[in-house]
Amino acid sequence: MRIVKLHKSNLMSFLEEISQESELWAPVKKYEDKHIFKNIEDFDQIDLDYTRTILPPKKLLFPPSFRMYEATPKKFHADFSHISKKTLFGVHPCDIHGLLIMEQFFKQSYEDPYFSEARKNLTIIGHSCWPDEHCLCRSTQTHIVEEGYDLFFTDLDKNYLVWIGSSHGDDLIQLKPDIFDEDVTEKDIQQFMRWREERDKAFQSEIQFEAMPDLMELKLGDSVWEELGEACLACGSCTSVCPTCNCYNVRDNPVLGKEASDITRCWDACTLENYSAVAGGENFREKKSDRLKLWYTHKLQAFISKYGKPACVGCGRCVATCPVDINIKTVAQSLQGEKVDAFWRRLNQEVTQ
Amino acid sequence: MNTTKPQSIKTNPFLPEPARIVRTYDLTDDVRFFQVRIADMEKALSFRNRPGQFVMISVLGAGEAPFSISSTPSRPGLLEFCIRKTGIVTDALFRIKENDLIGLRGPYGNGFPVDNMVDKDILIVMGGLGAAPLRSVLLYCLDNRDQFGRIILLHGAKRPAEMIFRDEFLSMKERDDLECYLSVDEDDSGQWTDNIGVVTTLFPKLESIDPANTYALVCGPPIMYKFVLKELVNLHIPKDQILMTLERRMKCGVGKCGHCAIDYIYTCLDGPVFTYWDVLHMRELI
Repeated sequence: MRIVKLHKSNLMSFLEEISQESELWAPVKKYEDKHIFKNIEDFDQIDLDYTRTILPPKKLLFPPSFRMYEATPKKFHADFSHISKKTLFGVHPCDIHGLLIMEQFFKQSYEDPYFSEARKNLTIIGHSCWPDEHCLCRSTQTHIVEEGYDLFFTDLDKNYLVWIGSSHGDDLIQLKPDIFDEDVTEKDIQQFMRWREERDKAFQSEIQFEAMPDLMELKLGDSVWEELGEACLACGSCTSVCPTCNCYNVRDNPVLGKEASDITRCWDACTLENYSAVAGGENFREKKSDRLKLWYTHKLQAFISKYGKPACVGCGRCVATCPVDINIKTVAQSLQGEKVDAFWRRLNQEVTQ
Repeated sequence: MNTTKPQSIKTNPFLPEPARIVRTYDLTDDVRFFQVRIADMEKALSFRNRPGQFVMISVLGAGEAPFSISSTPSRPGLLEFCIRKTGIVTDALFRIKENDLIGLRGPYGNGFPVDNMVDKDILIVMGGLGAAPLRSVLLYCLDNRDQFGRIILLHGAKRPAEMIFRDEFLSMKERDDLECYLSVDEDDSGQWTDNIGVVTTLFPKLESIDPANTYALVCGPPIMYKFVLKELVNLHIPKDQILMTLERRMKCGVGKCGHCAIDYIYTCLDGPVFTYWDVLHMRELI
């Protein structure tokens, strides 16, 4: 893969050039310590000093809600109007891995044309990151990324080292060839190696994913699931923020004033109560513990059996988001037999005292 | 905004085909028969399915849901369904009249492994609405009668009036190439001349079975499985030759929406037909 160098002072002019051709989406500070990926109108909004956004970038390829088609009595009209040319800048390796898992899923067997069309129109420019206490990407081997992007920027003080990951990525460089330096020096390489080494040491959390498929099977009947189920609020936050959660619901929204409906796809969550309910009153997963089992079976066991890797990219969003501390880390630790002092226990104590 | 028009969408698996209700009538108090033809004649005739597969049917304003095909692919052109009024989509289907249009896409799912069943004895056990998917495979086997060994049908319903396709099955008793046993849990009509009792009370009536050479096909209410599976295992039919077709919530039919996932399988892609071994292996199946 070709690697070039870009002086940081030239970044904005490069992004300006790119935004001539497509919507630019980048991390923006939303609250004190919360970031989101947002369509950029003002380049000063871009804040690359972030760890994770509230929602993963899946929202650009698989919007929380969009019309798939308009239904009329005699015809069904597919609707792709929500798709536009976008460039996602500043996305971290874990999220690029998340998008790769999504792409693999939506393109296999019956290819989803809505995903594929959105993906075709998305340029991905990655950016290096620094782990915080929730980042688990080294355990999932997603702390570095070798595919799934057009360009990847590694931040080295005054310069970026820029990996060119696709033919389209090379076209982007050619938009402003004079600002990219082909001459990566020995000093740059040494600086990069030092950065890698230090970043590797900065990880504070890890999970032993290798043991998880067997542990999930062995502990499917364990009381830990009942305890987790009791604590779970069934709010669905973990699935919304998860970069690999793809479940959705389909709604038929009648259009007022004409004989037609908007058939809308919207995010769903397997942790919500009616997720597995069928007509006639049967609910295959009425208990919260059964729904949590489904979520973690998918992440820690089923996906590994099918694809050889967990459906977790270690982004830490579930760790940062779950209000009662049920997340990939605490569940993995519980399965390993550790006593996890989860927040919900403290909460329970405070309420009962 | 740069709105991009898709250049070439090969196929869109989510778009239904308009289909016409050709005929509809009540089978029981709450189960109705629907005969459907895809509006486009060419597509109607080229539609190919395997017994045990399902389609997604949509009604404008109500939504979409999965339904087993009750007709056999050996009689192409028309699709048949027996549908119980039980939710939003089925309520809307019951309001629909003959000649009205619905949306239909599919067929989806694995269906019964009819190729592996060739030359084997076929034992079909159906209870209540379980007749809907199993009628397809029964008619398929009867239409290709010389390709199968013995064909045995056990059908149980709560009461005579609730037996789906009652007349069709009663007339099948006349056939000498089918061993047809019917039963009702109770007879409130006073005119039922056949067996009375749950479907498992029919098992002692069977002539001896060659288990290794038999495929058993089961569909019925959840409670029925427990007792019927026990009988089939007692007959020594191998667990991977006991086939059952299962129900799950589905929003897409093509392995994307996630609702029908169990472990690493999707009921819509890898099912809805599973073996008893699958069921033992994947604890959540039934």
